[in-house]
Amino acid sequence: MNYAWNWGVLFQSPYLGWLGQGIAMTLAVSVAAWVIALSLGTLIGVFHSGASGVVRLATGSYINLFRNVPLLLQMFLWFFVVPELLPKAAGIWLKRELPHPEVVTAIVALGLFTASRVAVQVAAGIAAVSRGQSMAARASGLSTIQAYRFVLLPQAFRIVIPPMTSEFLTIFKNSSIALTIGVYELTAQTQQIQSFTYQGFEAFTAATVVYMTIALMVTTLMTVIERKVSIPGRTARG
Amino acid sequence: MNDMVEMIRIEGLSKSYGDVAVLRNCSLDVARGEVVVICGPSGSGKSTFVKCINGIEPVQAGRIAIDGENLPSKPAAAARVRARVGMVFQHFELYPHLTVLENVCLAQIHVLKRSRDEAQEKARSLLRRVGLADKEASYPAQLSGGQQQRIAIVRALAMDPVAMLFDEPTSALDPEMIGEVLAVMLELAREGMTMVVVTHKMGFAKAAADRVVFMDQGEIVEVAETARFFAEPASERARLFLSRILTH
Ligand SMILES: Nc1ncnc2c1ncn2[C@@H]1O[C@H](COP(=O)(O)OP(=O)(O)OP(=O)(O)O)[C@@H](O)[C@H]1O
Ligand SMILES: [Mg+2]
Repeated sequence: MNYAWNWGVLFQSPYLGWLGQGIAMTLAVSVAAWVIALSLGTLIGVFHSGASGVVRLATGSYINLFRNVPLLLQMFLWFFVVPELLPKAAGIWLKRELPHPEVVTAIVALGLFTASRVAVQVAAGIAAVSRGQSMAARASGLSTIQAYRFVLLPQAFRIVIPPMTSEFLTIFKNSSIALTIGVYELTAQTQQIQSFTYQGFEAFTAATVVYMTIALMVTTLMTVIERKVSIPGRTARG
Repeated sequence: MNDMVEMIRIEGLSKSYGDVAVLRNCSLDVARGEVVVICGPSGSGKSTFVKCINGIEPVQAGRIAIDGENLPSKPAAAARVRARVGMVFQHFELYPHLTVLENVCLAQIHVLKRSRDEAQEKARSLLRRVGLADKEASYPAQLSGGQQQRIAIVRALAMDPVAMLFDEPTSALDPEMIGEVLAVMLELAREGMTMVVVTHKMGFAKAAADRVVFMDQGEIVEVAETARFFAEPASERARLFLSRILTH
């Protein structure tokens, strides 16, 4: 192979700046989408576990719809199709006046998609708390909302910390799909460095290292949190 | 307070899961300060009956009144009445993520709206009574089954209930821990607490119960004064049940 390695390119202006901006954008998109995914997903998961009839039909439909359509397609739908379906004024506002429409769209698409996966985990976590717990809570006169807030959810959240960690890592990696609608996140920036400098190996290696480092940091942090909130006297689960 | 003699009135209670009738037209009055033991074969509906008394299981037919107050048929609306009836479960059901003190205070604070200090004071004095004052900072999983069940009883008592329901409170315990839980229950009975106790501990029934209820196949087959029930049960089914359980 005849490749002239030049790691120095990564530290030259403007490429170092591009990498930094890419990292910042990846983190911003991931974290903002995660806020949507976690809050909406928890809400849907709670209703899905506790409700019946129309509500359960609605939550079930949300989960099936958003979980089963490929994320890339969802991203395209939100970016290219939804503005056309909306009333004209709203569509124009989305395309022209909304600041950074591609970033906002990526966040919303990623957030709504991941919310469906979070909902499934939260519902499973609540189901894993024994029926006797909710019975004891209700027997003591706690309302349904209080029973969820003080008894069921605190236990369910401990159960779902490991799957939530992997959901966050998935959102983080999936944020690279945002480059398809023009978001200059980490992967897009490395691609740009490659096309400007022809030093693609260095750029992509740098991106790989960054993704892995951040993932490792998140995993470590979550392990610390998991240990911190583990229930004393119970043997830690594997 | 109500001057009526009955603390718990149950009239014509029926419940089914789908097509399966689990309770058929059950009626029972429990007087203020009375201790009633419910026994019967497995699957006869004892647990279901007790859960219906404080409305955590909805029923298809029948009326329940606690201390003269009708239990609303909607489970959500029944919360206020339910808070006045303590319940103790076979598997304790302490909240594993909360300390002993927090377990005992939770409903006091959020249902009775007591201040944290008031709730903790109440909790501590009750924990002292059952000899577990030094465990207030422990978590349930750090305690023995007998200790957990005594704390579950304390948690219920902290709500100043007008009556207490027990569903096989000792059957998940190792034999050496049964005594400590029964002792707490006996003391409660002596102090005049109204109690409905599902148990197969016939020793407890003889020592504490005013009357014994025998259930079979979702029906209340027999209700008798304790001494009578053990000496000469009226129904053939109760006789058979007793002969089986007492020879064990
Ligand atoms: N949630 C439920 N769904 C369907 N059937 C149920 C449910 N709970 C109880 N049953 C049925 O109702 C009947 C009475 O059950 P229950 O638990 O009240 O009996 P029990 O007298 O307490 O028995 P045990 O001594 O084994 O505790 C049983 O046949 C049981 O299978
Ligand atoms: Mg039972």
